[in-house]
Amino acid sequence: MRFKDVFSIIGPAMVGPSSSHTAGAARIGRAARQLLGEMPLKAEVIFYGSFAATYQGHGTDRAIAGGLLDFPTDDLRLPDSIEIAEREGMDISFRQGAGLFPHPNTVRLCLSGSGQGLTLTGISIGGGNIEIIEIDEFSVKLSGMYPTVLIHHRDYLGVLASVTDTMRRGRVNIGHMSLDRKHRSGAALTVLELDEMLAPELLRELEALPAVQSVKLIHLDESPKEEKGKGKTS
Amino acid sequence: MNFQTLNQLADLAQERAVSIGALMLEEQSAESGRPSEREFAKMKEYYGVMKEAVRRGMETDTTSRSGLTGLDAQRVGAYNAGNESCLGGPAGQALAYALAVSEVNASMGRIIATPTAGSCGIIPGVFLSCQERFGWDDDVMTYGLFAAGAIGYVIANNSFVSGAEGGCQAEVGSAIGMAAGALTELRGGTPAQAVHAVGLALKNSLGLICDPVGGLVEIPCIVRNGFGAVTALAAADMALAGVRSVIPSDEVIKVMLEVGAAMPEKHRETAGGGLAQTPTGRKIMEDLRQQRRQ
Repeated sequence: MRFKDVFSIIGPAMVGPSSSHTAGAARIGRAARQLLGEMPLKAEVIFYGSFAATYQGHGTDRAIAGGLLDFPTDDLRLPDSIEIAEREGMDISFRQGAGLFPHPNTVRLCLSGSGQGLTLTGISIGGGNIEIIEIDEFSVKLSGMYPTVLIHHRDYLGVLASVTDTMRRGRVNIGHMSLDRKHRSGAALTVLELDEMLAPELLRELEALPAVQSVKLIHLDESPKEEKGKGKTS
Repeated sequence: MNFQTLNQLADLAQERAVSIGALMLEEQSAESGRPSEREFAKMKEYYGVMKEAVRRGMETDTTSRSGLTGLDAQRVGAYNAGNESCLGGPAGQALAYALAVSEVNASMGRIIATPTAGSCGIIPGVFLSCQERFGWDDDVMTYGLFAAGAIGYVIANNSFVSGAEGGCQAEVGSAIGMAAGALTELRGGTPAQAVHAVGLALKNSLGLICDPVGGLVEIPCIVRNGFGAVTALAAADMALAGVRSVIPSDEVIKVMLEVGAAMPEKHRETAGGGLAQTPTGRKIMEDLRQQRRQ
């Protein structure tokens, strides 16, 4: 089933004009912002396909900038987000990419923060639904619909077993999981989509596991207001 | 979800002796693991956003950034108030409200994608005008949105809801079907009648291409939202009167998939054909390009 629940049909609450170009793009930007863990100081945004052809008219550039500012899809500051980003010191640039791309609505983000950088490729698949398909040159597949944990680790026997065991003990159910590695015994990235957000102590347990380098979270929480801000990331 | 087709949806509602809306709320809560009160509250909040979008579209300046569209909802509203309109009061109101939300969308205001932003005017247009007319409270309307969501869920998973994939039939057509089915239920129709309304409505938008001028969600999207709201009212009336969709609604959804898949790329939101490539459409596109260069 491509669409899993009622709110992927009715919703999201968003700033117009296009669920693919605006809401989806804002979610991709926001996922990247949360992974970087801070507002990027420099952001290079490369649009492909239909994104490249019509991003100015659809405000796709504004949506990405808003996402990088951690704005949700219905934030009324989205139309002014490029100016806000620049005022806050983000050096943001947009261009049209060349070459092959995996989906008509594809964007690639190259971000740098105070210490670290991040590259991320996302596609906007319709109705505001997205997939992140690449992070730091690892292939991934995550929708942002669920609380998501990304574990950078060394490819090492038993890492996954200890990760899933930590989840079991914390009683957190895993909905989807993927792993990609650069090479045997090299750098690896494991992505887990969860039914609920990780408690801070579980996050610390994951970080303490052998061969784990870092643990990052994405939570595009757009549920009713009392929940907003709860369990946010990094 | 415990249903994949409209037939299963109607059977399940009948079996559990609940409305489609109440069934969807139950199913949603089971899927998300969150209490149904929370899911209901979220949907009710969405309805609040829809109401606010109607108000903004009827009262504020909705001129889009391109300058191509805006204020048509207010034109229709003023015409309705001062003249004997062709449609008459209630349908005229649905038309104006649908245009209003769609114009708010085009001017980068806040809306709810139902199922997409390009088709976001139809459900609020139908729901708000009928709420005013029949005096339903927001809780009733919220159940109506769950019913619309259940219908959209079936359409989206068996066919498509985005213009880029299946043309405007998928986008505006799905919204019309969702609004028609939900309204049928709100007016006291059975789940089976609601499902017939979906089929009746969808049949009327089969083949509709997605041909936005300049690639923008403005021309012809906004007026199609207005037409869509009126069509949904007509489909609900037919179903409530006992008209059946002789071709079962699930088969109509499959036809939409077939027609959309056969559509050439130029008619699927690429602005490569249809109204976008008329002499005027091309001129508008060229003007927009010039504007951006300045």
